[in-house]
Amino acid sequence: MLKLDETQKRLLREVADLHAVPEGAYNIRSNSRSVGRRSTAHIEIIPKTDVSGLEIRIEPGTKNESVHIPVVMSESGLKETVYNDFYIGEDADVVIVAGCGIDNCGTQDSRHDGIHRFFVGKGAHVKYVEKHYGSGTGTGRRILNPVTEVYQEENSSVEMEMVQIKGVDDTARTTKAALAAGARLVVRERLMTHGVQHAVSTYAVSLDGADAAADVVSRSVAREDSFQRFEAKIIGNAPCRGHTECDSIIMDRARILAVPALEANVLDAALVHEAAIGKIAGEQIVKLMTLGLTESEAEERIIDGFLQ
Amino acid sequence: MLELQNVSFSVADGGAEKEIIRNVSLTIPDKKLVAVTGPNGGGKSTLARLIAGIERPTEGRILFRGEDITEKSITERAALGIAFAFQQPVRFKGIRVLDLLRIAAGRQLSAADACAYLSRVGLCARDYIGREVNASLSGGELKRIEIATVIARGAVLSVFDEPEAGIDLWSFRNLIEVFEDMRKTIRDSSILIISHQERILNIADEIVVLKDGAVERQGRREDVLPSLIGTSAAVGSCLAAESGEGKRSAC
Repeated sequence: MLKLDETQKRLLREVADLHAVPEGAYNIRSNSRSVGRRSTAHIEIIPKTDVSGLEIRIEPGTKNESVHIPVVMSESGLKETVYNDFYIGEDADVVIVAGCGIDNCGTQDSRHDGIHRFFVGKGAHVKYVEKHYGSGTGTGRRILNPVTEVYQEENSSVEMEMVQIKGVDDTARTTKAALAAGARLVVRERLMTHGVQHAVSTYAVSLDGADAAADVVSRSVAREDSFQRFEAKIIGNAPCRGHTECDSIIMDRARILAVPALEANVLDAALVHEAAIGKIAGEQIVKLMTLGLTESEAEERIIDGFLQ
Repeated sequence: MLELQNVSFSVADGGAEKEIIRNVSLTIPDKKLVAVTGPNGGGKSTLARLIAGIERPTEGRILFRGEDITEKSITERAALGIAFAFQQPVRFKGIRVLDLLRIAAGRQLSAADACAYLSRVGLCARDYIGREVNASLSGGELKRIEIATVIARGAVLSVFDEPEAGIDLWSFRNLIEVFEDMRKTIRDSSILIISHQERILNIADEIVVLKDGAVERQGRREDVLPSLIGTSAAVGSCLAAESGEGKRSAC
């Protein structure tokens, strides 16, 4: 069994819903070192020798298997950059669960920059879940700067669920994707900021092959004095379909900047963007109050639903 | 059950005060269905919102089961047993029909219990339970879900603000049966419906006619309705007249 303290276990539950050692392949990184790792018959996890990070190789045709690579940090002042590369073989069908939880009870900033690259083989399907979470009463900030690069071969599909709901003081999230013919990318991002938090999320998706399709949807809530910037650019270099949507609830004194962008370089690139920012409708609160909730309970329920 | 005592409500209109409700005194008796009708702009919806606590009277008092609730909030009134169905149901992104019914019931309803409420309003429950209460639902569907949330409250006083508004006659015909059913199963509760529809007025025990913010008439249906037939206060329709033919949607 892994040797983790209660804080580390709590972080692990928050970012990966893990209560015990996961099934399948995994690597659990705690305070900058691996505290548990397992490869399986079809999934090999190899530590890198030149930089900190892992190489994860998934054999072609691997079906219904999972990889968990959560990161927890509970020592104040840690700063790290981790390079993880995923090679997903042709026709594989896997779930990859990443995520980082930082508990900072000290005065120094803690920072984790995860650089993830996905090389997705022909016809493969990947579901990628990434949760970010921060806690702790210290004045040191909790900083996460994930970079995600996705290279999709023909007819592959990737579903990404990116969640950052609580406690991360500063984040700059960069996601790039390049899709070959027939490939499909679906991104669902959920973000909530509060206090004086600052979050920037930038997407650049390049649809390079015929019939490639991307759907990038962000739902966010900015509370108190926080700031969010969402930039999503979809580039159509072939006959393709692209859609990006940013839907935000603004509260208190928060600020939100949404910058959707589309670039069509061929006639048959069909690209759509939608962006909406607004406060919670008063009627929504009133309706839930008539059902017995208090005003603040109603507000929380509306936000919970919105970020579901 | 509910008593309005000399209730007035004004809003600022430019520099002047505009009186929407004028010195209304009204009693909703126990175990009765009371319909409030009258011309558009007469203050009917405002009256309903004053009862639910969404608006507060500028003058007068509101008593609920003998308790003065004039200063009580919407939430407090809900806790006392007042439920309110909006004329235009509110949409929510991400909140499912099941979630809304659970909030309304105030407990972790099972899917089967939630389905029972939806069936009462003529919705095929399994098609709806997991759907979001968002723009993908039609006006008629939203109206039924709105009514189901009020039923799920198990309220002492249920207030419906123009249930016929915003839906087609076909949907309305089916909806009438829901209210007929509610009328039959009234126990220790009362129902107040704001409506112009003759068929709703037809199932009321009492009718209140509100005009220019004041009660013009109030009395038993038999006494009040005949004088309203053919006026804008009691709108009939060919579809609505085919009373027996409205069918609940089958599951």
